Amino acid sequence: MKPGSLYRRLNLSAFTLVMIFLYIPILILIIFSFNNSKIVAGWKGFTLKYYLLLFQNEQIKLAFQHTVMIALTSTLVSTILGVLAALGLENKRFKGRKVLRALVYVPLIMPDILMGVSLALLFNFLRVGTGMLTVFIAHVTFCLSYTVIVIQSRLEGFDYSLVEAAMDLGAKPWLIFWKVKFPLMVPGIVAAALLAFTLSIDDFIITFFTSGRGFDTLPIYVEGAIRRGTITTINALSTLMVGFTLLLVITTKRIRKLLLN
Amino acid sequence: MRRALEEIRIEHLTKSFDGFVAVNDVSLTIKPGELYSFLGPSGCGKTTLLRMIAGFETPLTGRILLGNQDITQLPPYKRQVNTIFQNYSLFPHMTVYENVAFALRIRKLPNPEIDARVREMLQLVKMEDQAAKYPNTISGGQKQRVAIARALINKPKVLLLDEPLAALDLKLRQHMLIELMNIHDAVGITFIYVTHDQSEAMSISDRVAVMNQGNIIQSGPPDDIYERPASIFSAYFIGDTNLIPAEVTSIEEDYVDLKCQAGGQDSFEIDSTFNIKPEVGQKLTVSLRPEKIAVSRTKPTELDDINVIKGVIEDILYLGTHTQYIVKVGNLKFRVFDQHKRVYFDEAALDWEEPVWLFWHDTDSWLIDEVTPAGLDVGEINVFERPIQMSRGGKRIPRSE
Repeated sequence: MKPGSLYRRLNLSAFTLVMIFLYIPILILIIFSFNNSKIVAGWKGFTLKYYLLLFQNEQIKLAFQHTVMIALTSTLVSTILGVLAALGLENKRFKGRKVLRALVYVPLIMPDILMGVSLALLFNFLRVGTGMLTVFIAHVTFCLSYTVIVIQSRLEGFDYSLVEAAMDLGAKPWLIFWKVKFPLMVPGIVAAALLAFTLSIDDFIITFFTSGRGFDTLPIYVEGAIRRGTITTINALSTLMVGFTLLLVITTKRIRKLLLN
Repeated sequence: MRRALEEIRIEHLTKSFDGFVAVNDVSLTIKPGELYSFLGPSGCGKTTLLRMIAGFETPLTGRILLGNQDITQLPPYKRQVNTIFQNYSLFPHMTVYENVAFALRIRKLPNPEIDARVREMLQLVKMEDQAAKYPNTISGGQKQRVAIARALINKPKVLLLDEPLAALDLKLRQHMLIELMNIHDAVGITFIYVTHDQSEAMSISDRVAVMNQGNIIQSGPPDDIYERPASIFSAYFIGDTNLIPAEVTSIEEDYVDLKCQAGGQDSFEIDSTFNIKPEVGQKLTVSLRPEKIAVSRTKPTELDDINVIKGVIEDILYLGTHTQYIVKVGNLKFRVFDQHKRVYFDEAALDWEEPVWLFWHDTDSWLIDEVTPAGLDVGEINVFERPIQMSRGGKRIPRSE
């Protein structure tokens, strides 16, 4: 055996293990979503009935609508706020920017449960009825930290001499922003928006504390359904979500490629 | 594209950053259509001066006039001055074509006119066939061309070039230098060129301003600065030179006698013509360019107006076009460039440790009215590897490449 090959084999087996742990559960989930049985044990033949059940379930439909609505609106708002915050934090004349930046970063390391509980307490204190509005506010709050960081990291690598070049060529500050700075920020903005969207769509803990009764997003519904023991439709639902996520990853890559030429 | 040209007058310009004086009361006039260089080591203030002309920095005091217009306080986008940046600063999200068109799009010119002018510019810099490419897919030299086209399209009165060739390799640099001169001839506007590379400045400029520590040390045509340096700094920074500490012993009708200390008891005497009016007993520095010195194992017979001293060859460096000898005279080390024309002098090549004669014409012992600084003392001042340059202020200035 060559000296390098043992190392290679170990390396390869470690890789295989990682892949197994990562993907086998998902694979099982997908396979059993087509299993004609109420419990996840043994193959009882192929069926699409749980997918049909899924589409007939009004609760799931509603939860899906809620999820998408919250994800879209909180993504939009947190991205716009993220752009403005990143631009503001970049301005060297802004004295308190270091403190503010630290404050923006804190929610990243704060446990979700802390954020969820504290928001719930705040809403309770302010006597705001829980529901769509509170979930929306909560999602914007935790997405904002991520969007600011992604957009800002893109701005940090920004070559300021491009601004000078544009100015030199006759562009006034406003035009420099729209013609040079903003176009170069776009990839960062898109990345931030996609991140916010994925964070919002699968958030459970914070939503759980801020949604109250009667406003279910998909993760909340799934949790409830599993508690009640209806695992089969959940398998189908999860499979669809896996597919959707894959689609999102692929489109993101495409968009990135398009934006970066 | 020739048009009425205007001169640039810079009057008592001063700029400091947090107490550090970058440009110190600089005044100069650049003639219309001139190719003028600011030359100096990094940190000498040349780029700051350029940035004030471009409008990126506001001077503390003084003013800048373009023709009769005071542009000191104008923002960059209102000045008829364009810049070529050191790293080109092309817009990465635009094609070569759109980069060049940028200034015209800002002015909202009609598309056909933009197209015609962009094509004309791309033709000038020989980049017509690269118009659709993005900056990150073209080479350094091509980026340089695009930067030139982009800066010239707005028909500026002055083009500023901030170390435009620094990022290119040697061959390309030499090529682009000629190209820049051709473009200067073609467009006929004033070019202000900033560089730390003395050979670049020498070959391209009509006039050069040698800068150090925020001051202009000397300005004039390149040959003037080379042949007639006014200070140790310009003698040392431009080209190679031997700096010899000397004392005036007597003043004759058409020459000066000088005594040069060569360490310990050693000394030798040389003559110089008057390029300054010294007094007897005055200490000064003689600058002697290595290529002005002849080296031979036979003593020259014709001695009128010629300085002759005896030395020993310490080192020989063959450099292709010429050979460089390090010749020791007492403690002083002279650098001598000898072109490969052996027919004139020795038939056989000179050898290490060989006693030789050094001789040169009186007029080539150039007098500089400065005492040789302590850092450049006897025995050290003529060493082959140039030490960190000592300026008059006693501050260390890193020698640039």
